[in-house]
Amino acid sequence: MSYDAWILLTGSLVGLTCGVTGALLVLRKMSMLADAISHTVLLGIVGAFFVTQSLNGLPMFIGAAIVGVLTAFFVQMLDSSGVQSDAAIGVVFTSLFALGVVLISFVGDSVHLDVEHALMGEIAFIPWDTLNFQGMNLGPKAVWMLGSVFLINILVITLFYKEIKLTTFDPQFAVLLGIPVMFIHYLLMGMISLSTVASFDSVGAILVVAMLIVPGATAYLLTDRFLVLLILSGLIGILSAITGFAFAVWSNVSIAGSIACATGLYFILAFIFSPKHGVLMKKIRNDKFSSSQP
Amino acid sequence: MNALSVQNLTVTYDKTPVLQHVGFDIPKGSLTGIIGPNGAGKSTLIKAILQLIPRTSGDIQVYGKPYHRKRRLIGYVPQRSEVDWDFPTSALDVVLMGRYGHIGFIKRPGKKEIQMAQEALRKVGMEDYQDRQISQLSGGQQQRVFLARALAQDARIYFMDEPFVGVDAATEKAIIQLMQEWKDEGKTVLVVHHDLQTVEDYFDHVLLLNKSPVGCGPTQKVFTMENLKQTYGGSLKFIGEHSVVLQERV
Amino acid sequence: MFDLLSNANTQWVLIGSIMLGFASGVIGSFVLLKKQSLISDAMAHATLPGVGLMYIMFEYKSIPLFLIGATMTALLATYSIQLIIKHSRIKTDAAIGSVLSVFFALGIVFLTYISKNTSGNHSGLDDFIFGQAASLVASDVRMITIGSAILILLSALFFKEFKITIFDPLYAMGLGLPVRFLNMVLLGLVVGIVVIGIQMVGVVLIAALLITPPLSARYWTDQLGYMTILSGIFGAVSGVAGTVISTIGEGLPTGPMIVLSTSVIFLFSLLLGSKKGLIPKVVSTHEL
Repeated sequence: MSYDAWILLTGSLVGLTCGVTGALLVLRKMSMLADAISHTVLLGIVGAFFVTQSLNGLPMFIGAAIVGVLTAFFVQMLDSSGVQSDAAIGVVFTSLFALGVVLISFVGDSVHLDVEHALMGEIAFIPWDTLNFQGMNLGPKAVWMLGSVFLINILVITLFYKEIKLTTFDPQFAVLLGIPVMFIHYLLMGMISLSTVASFDSVGAILVVAMLIVPGATAYLLTDRFLVLLILSGLIGILSAITGFAFAVWSNVSIAGSIACATGLYFILAFIFSPKHGVLMKKIRNDKFSSSQP
Repeated sequence: MNALSVQNLTVTYDKTPVLQHVGFDIPKGSLTGIIGPNGAGKSTLIKAILQLIPRTSGDIQVYGKPYHRKRRLIGYVPQRSEVDWDFPTSALDVVLMGRYGHIGFIKRPGKKEIQMAQEALRKVGMEDYQDRQISQLSGGQQQRVFLARALAQDARIYFMDEPFVGVDAATEKAIIQLMQEWKDEGKTVLVVHHDLQTVEDYFDHVLLLNKSPVGCGPTQKVFTMENLKQTYGGSLKFIGEHSVVLQERV
Repeated sequence: MFDLLSNANTQWVLIGSIMLGFASGVIGSFVLLKKQSLISDAMAHATLPGVGLMYIMFEYKSIPLFLIGATMTALLATYSIQLIIKHSRIKTDAAIGSVLSVFFALGIVFLTYISKNTSGNHSGLDDFIFGQAASLVASDVRMITIGSAILILLSALFFKEFKITIFDPLYAMGLGLPVRFLNMVLLGLVVGIVVIGIQMVGVVLIAALLITPPLSARYWTDQLGYMTILSGIFGAVSGVAGTVISTIGEGLPTGPMIVLSTSVIFLFSLLLGSKKGLIPKVVSTHEL
């Protein structure tokens, strides 16, 4: 595969993985928790580096998952001690993220981990960081990572589909039926952390927020079906990756930033033109309504 | 045999007691209205019994066994305002959720469950709306979907939180009919209710509540002027025999 | 170290960080009670494309120009959030998250465009992301100091009006207060503090200065007046501590150090705060 094709595949996998998983958070009204977790996994990654002194995949994943779930836990703890939830999220993620950024400055120059990388990723370098097995080149590591995380997420969503749906729609009723609501919550937080850390190399901490939230919000404007919404959100993620990549190549700007902007573009389109919930269609319907009643 | 027995139930929010030492028994096969002024803790009582909110103290028994061992027997119709009706799902799907507790972890609802859900929708007169997105239902229709979901649960004790609020006459009729059916099947129903005028028509038992119970028992025994005065304080006005209108204190 | 602190430029930077910290603590108190903490975060992220756009348009590094651009995009972001919530089924959290991340992405796109496609001296633009006190020049510091002073003064002037409009807007309207106007003044204060603060703290973390000090103050008092002042003091202390540490430990980014200082104060308040702190709470429950 060519260099560009690998980047495109990586971007699409980011869009797909984050799109499907993030849509669940949008429905649970927890988008800002996704924002928080995607910032704080930086601390997990840096922490894993200090423990193992290498940028190895597995410890990074473990570190990120731990910090991600811890973030959710701290927010929950402050929340239940009476702190309003938006402020709880604000305090936790800014603190942990600041710690991550400060710790990064202690990482030597010889290691490929710096603040800029953390913020916007370096998708352009992805194709060169390949996985080799017995001298065989198996393609970029990031593609393998994203692919595995995507499969894990799909497996979890498939297995716990009805539990995820019910705890999202009516958590009290779920408690009543004896469904472990907290378990499902932390399962999702774990999925978000994994998706974030897998996407981290490519798009960075803040842009991954766009990939997590915006496709889900866009799909929410387009459909009234739960399953369709998840699939659509993933497709919008892929579409954004392709559009963003094309624009970035054409105008020589950050690929990751451009992909994230593309999610915004599709959101605006859906916001205006969605057949069911778009502003334009609502206006047309209202006009019809008022003109039929002189 | 008592279907439900509550002892010494206390709930506190931030050091302020909302319910204090609540204790009462509900006989099997009764239709009980939970009556009391605003802020008396009626919804809180239901939620505390169902263990949806933390309690400071209290012992709850269902058919003589601790609550958590008999949770399968409990059905619940929450207030409509408690869920997000923009959620992308259909009426049938919501009713199917009533079966999730029986299906078990990981497994999918099958043909049998779908049939049960459709049957429940038919019973509340909503069979034509099964594929409708829930935000496109009227308030009364949404309430009937919740009723159907409780029906699909196939419970023995039902809790309903203000089911008559903001619904049309057809829905109100459907709710009453369903309550009567449940009673005839020997099931027990508890309803948070605030319209004093209809209490005697709808319920054979009442629980008068104002932070702690004022009275609990058969309607003709407990639903008396004296008890009502005690429950509502000075804010009641009486018109004619047995019909009462609530007058808000200005 | 004393040499460093007696340096005239460093002294100015310290005064600037005190003023900035105090102003953000004060304004943050209102923001927190209005439950708009995360909207202020979105505003902060949204200043980045404004800075970038100004450079692209004028190809010239001028702090006042940057701040005008930052103000414009921050206001545009706020307006977008309101527009999305009002005219679609999207809930507040998703609206804030979407606007925040897309505006920031736009900022990144502009910055990369600048570094690859324009000539001239564009170094230092990256400093807006995390803030770099060391790179501040005298005129920047003067602007931060004077700007903060004006914002503090405005907060003091409108204190009782803010108090009532935030607590009970309908009642305030009934009293004949210009609630819409007051909301706009408050929005102006938030944008103001974010814009003058980004040079020192950076767009990514400036919101912490608005969120954490007032939240910490809340653990010590139940009165808005004391809370505002205490929050200002916490902000000022964090500002100084962060700046000093980042100046001594060369290369440490200033913004994150200031934010970590606020976090330490928060932890301390969470545990020991006289009103709601965990330890006093446990003690008083046992006494009961």
